Amino acid sequence: MEMNDVRTINAPRERVWVALNDPAVLKQCIIGCDSLERQEDGSLDAAMSVRVGPVAAKFKGKVRLEDVVAPNGYTLLFEGNGGAAGFAKGRAEVTLAEDGAQTKLSYSASSQIGGKLAQVGSRLVDAAAKKIADDFFAKFAELVGAPAVPAEGGGGAGGGGVPAKAPSGGPWIWYVVGAVVVVVLLYAFMKR
Amino acid sequence: MKADGIGARVTRKEDQRFLTGNGQYTDDITLSHQTYAAFVRSPHAHATINDIDTRAAAAMPGVVAIFTGKDIAATGIGGLPCGWLINNKDGTPMKEPPHHILAVDKARYVGDQVAVVIAETIEQARAAAEAVEVDYGVLPAVADTATASKAKASVHDAAADNVCYVWGHGDAAAVDRAIASAHKVSTLDIVNNRLIPNAIEPRAANAAYDKSSDSYTLYVSNQNPHVERLLMCAFVLGIPEHKVRVVAPDVGGGFGSKIFLYAEETVLVWASKRVGRPIKWTADRMESFLSDAHGRDHVTRVQMAMDGNGKFTGMKVTTTANVGAYLSTFASCVPTILYATLLAGQYATPAIYCEVTAVFTNTSPVDAYRGAGRPEATYVVERIVETAARDMGLDPAEIRRRNFITTFPYATPVGLTYDIGDYHACLEKAVKLADYAGFPARQAEAKARGKLRGIGFSSYIEACGLAPSNVAGALGARAGLFEAGEVRVHPTGKVTVFTGSHSHGQGHETTFAQVVADRLGIPIDDVDIQHGDTGKVLFGMGTYGSRSLAVGGTAIVKAVDKVIAKGKKIAAHLLEAADTDIEFKDGVFRVAGTDKNVPFASVALTAYVPHNYPLDKLEPGLNENAFYDPTNFTYPAGTHICEVEIDPDTGKTEIVKFTAVDDFGNIINPMIVEGQVHGGLAQGIGQALLEGCVYDKESGQLLTATYMDYAMPRADDLPNFTVGTHVTPCTHNPLGVKGCGEAGAIGSPPALINAITHAIGVRDIAMPATPERVWRAIQSRA
Repeated sequence: MEMNDVRTINAPRERVWVALNDPAVLKQCIIGCDSLERQEDGSLDAAMSVRVGPVAAKFKGKVRLEDVVAPNGYTLLFEGNGGAAGFAKGRAEVTLAEDGAQTKLSYSASSQIGGKLAQVGSRLVDAAAKKIADDFFAKFAELVGAPAVPAEGGGGAGGGGVPAKAPSGGPWIWYVVGAVVVVVLLYAFMKR
Repeated sequence: MKADGIGARVTRKEDQRFLTGNGQYTDDITLSHQTYAAFVRSPHAHATINDIDTRAAAAMPGVVAIFTGKDIAATGIGGLPCGWLINNKDGTPMKEPPHHILAVDKARYVGDQVAVVIAETIEQARAAAEAVEVDYGVLPAVADTATASKAKASVHDAAADNVCYVWGHGDAAAVDRAIASAHKVSTLDIVNNRLIPNAIEPRAANAAYDKSSDSYTLYVSNQNPHVERLLMCAFVLGIPEHKVRVVAPDVGGGFGSKIFLYAEETVLVWASKRVGRPIKWTADRMESFLSDAHGRDHVTRVQMAMDGNGKFTGMKVTTTANVGAYLSTFASCVPTILYATLLAGQYATPAIYCEVTAVFTNTSPVDAYRGAGRPEATYVVERIVETAARDMGLDPAEIRRRNFITTFPYATPVGLTYDIGDYHACLEKAVKLADYAGFPARQAEAKARGKLRGIGFSSYIEACGLAPSNVAGALGARAGLFEAGEVRVHPTGKVTVFTGSHSHGQGHETTFAQVVADRLGIPIDDVDIQHGDTGKVLFGMGTYGSRSLAVGGTAIVKAVDKVIAKGKKIAAHLLEAADTDIEFKDGVFRVAGTDKNVPFASVALTAYVPHNYPLDKLEPGLNENAFYDPTNFTYPAGTHICEVEIDPDTGKTEIVKFTAVDDFGNIINPMIVEGQVHGGLAQGIGQALLEGCVYDKESGQLLTATYMDYAMPRADDLPNFTVGTHVTPCTHNPLGVKGCGEAGAIGSPPALINAITHAIGVRDIAMPATPERVWRAIQSRA
């Protein structure tokens, strides 16, 4: 599955960044997120419960970064394991840029799903992914400030801004994107 | 003709119980102290099994036992055998990597079984199976047929290039000469799409060990219980064969997928002694998708050389066949012996060469599926013949007429000898039934409505009635292919017939009873057919390859004839005449030329109450066995004509008419034959229009594991079929029958694809020809 998008968040980058560093905010934006914990090795452990209709499952996810080129971009690797429900893993290349008073976030994610997730969910992932991503950013925008709007010509943006140095506290935004992808896959599966 | 004899449309005796919900399938059988099994299956296509932690699962409610591959390997149990040895072109044997009944070090496809959980209820077994934690080391997967031999990863260390064998058949040099000197060479690259069998009844087994007799009983949804027992006892578990009874009761469809010895039932038998209780397993539908042996899956190039008159001078076929992760029971012979030998089709092509590369991939094993090799061969032949006609500017019927074999027996260049047939007769009858002459007008009328009409032919042949054992043995078979039958006449003249054939939808209980009733001159209700139980039936090779009537039926006929011969001796004694003066007709033994007679039932009673009986020279009783080994294959053949209408705006194909004229030799029950033809056509049309098994080429994940993604044909996908027959009786069995079970699935896909390519004017379209593919093909043409 491939997922590309550009999101313009209607808030200054500093404010976005602060919010993205607040686990409490992130937990609220990822529906079903039970915990988000940073590990000593810098990776992030996520635990999520998803309930759709009569079906409930717990997923464990892990997200870590590679090729960090502050502050322009990162490659993010993620894995989610739902036991008998199957697994998801993949990578996302993410960039974050200032756009006047707004912040432009671009991501390009590819993932593999396996086990029952692939057997019953593969057809639904694309549509479900979009919905989950929309839900995430809608909630995020609600918490951070003015409504979020999708940028024109998804996928082509990024790299053109003038990024400032990364604030302290770590690039939470990348974790969020990874976690969103994991949730998306999960959701796609559970929807079945 | 008797109302219930040979040739009559007798309604099926078995349908009373099937239609009233009284069938007895494996899952219907629940034994005392029953336990239930669930298998832990790999979610990865290719992975090392680093560790299996069963502690949490073992502590769950109701769990009786958990076994892993290592537990089984520790008892010295070997892997599942392959029943057919194929040698490489250089004479070296094929690669036969071990096929453990539970994976030991590596899982090699999604669904590969790595552990079994046995519990008090099926729910408890499944819940505990989910709690088994397997630490996998994920490896790159090989999932694409065409590129498997070049993949970096190896499914088996013993076959680093993933090649199981490279096999050649025919005269390569003669074919190369024909191609070099041809007026025209037509070439086609085609794929025979991978299919998932989808029997209505999923695979199921129930294994019980009896301590008092140190013996096992296995109920299993299977097409050949004796073969199942032989393979399991002699080649895997090492249990004495006489200590195992295998029962295949009512079976709800097989289509080949239940021929094979599978890991699951073998594990159950092994475990039943260890837990001391019967263990039942029934696949859920997704397990069936994942773990039933799949069918087809070839990537092929075919070339046909012709002279200036469109006469075929040579054909070359190069194909790659996917055998999946392990060699299933007959995996090796399907793309070779059952494929290359059929490449002559109905045509007098003088030189044919075929090269088959079989590859291992991280996918479910691939084996026989309705037609088994013959649909793949027919697809190659009938697609290239139609393409050759177009390349030559010839009518598709005319190019066939010019190339048909007309003299019999005919020895093909690929090793078969057709005993009889009349290909012109079938073609002409089909042309008439399909109103081929009226097609141009119908096409023009459709065009006026903005629709695209096309018509396609397929003149298939198949070799069935498997098989002369000596021929099969010379070709690498590790088993005989005869059949056995027993006719037990009871004292009252009622008859129970035991057959080694197995019915899983074919209607044997009716057809065989018609044959016996007709031959003995007794009512059909006086005859019962028993099958599917090694504890009752003397022996059997089972049902596949459209062999039941031609081989199993002949064994029964031979046993009936022995009964009649013995009956004549008893009658001669009763009538005080010489044995040679007794004739038997319409259920009565008679002294020829007189009115002195004794009915069959009286002879039977005398045999069991031998007061007035030639005890000095004849044993009492009236019970005869026969084994029959055929002297040749049988060669059903026919012509299918498909007419389609396509909506160019949506790409939707409608089959407006499908005509099938088949030569099955003599027909015992036309209604049952038509049912078999209809079912076969539905399956072939399913392959051509709807069904396609898709593995993700990168990850090896099965993406079509539910009916949401795997489209089975439904009634509204199919037209009313126009079927006809032409009879040339088989020359080498007493019934003159050939077999009809697979013909529909063999003949129909190329007819349909030829019709679609004709309608839209393209050289090829991939199966299944979904509306999207057809629409794209139309766009690419525009």
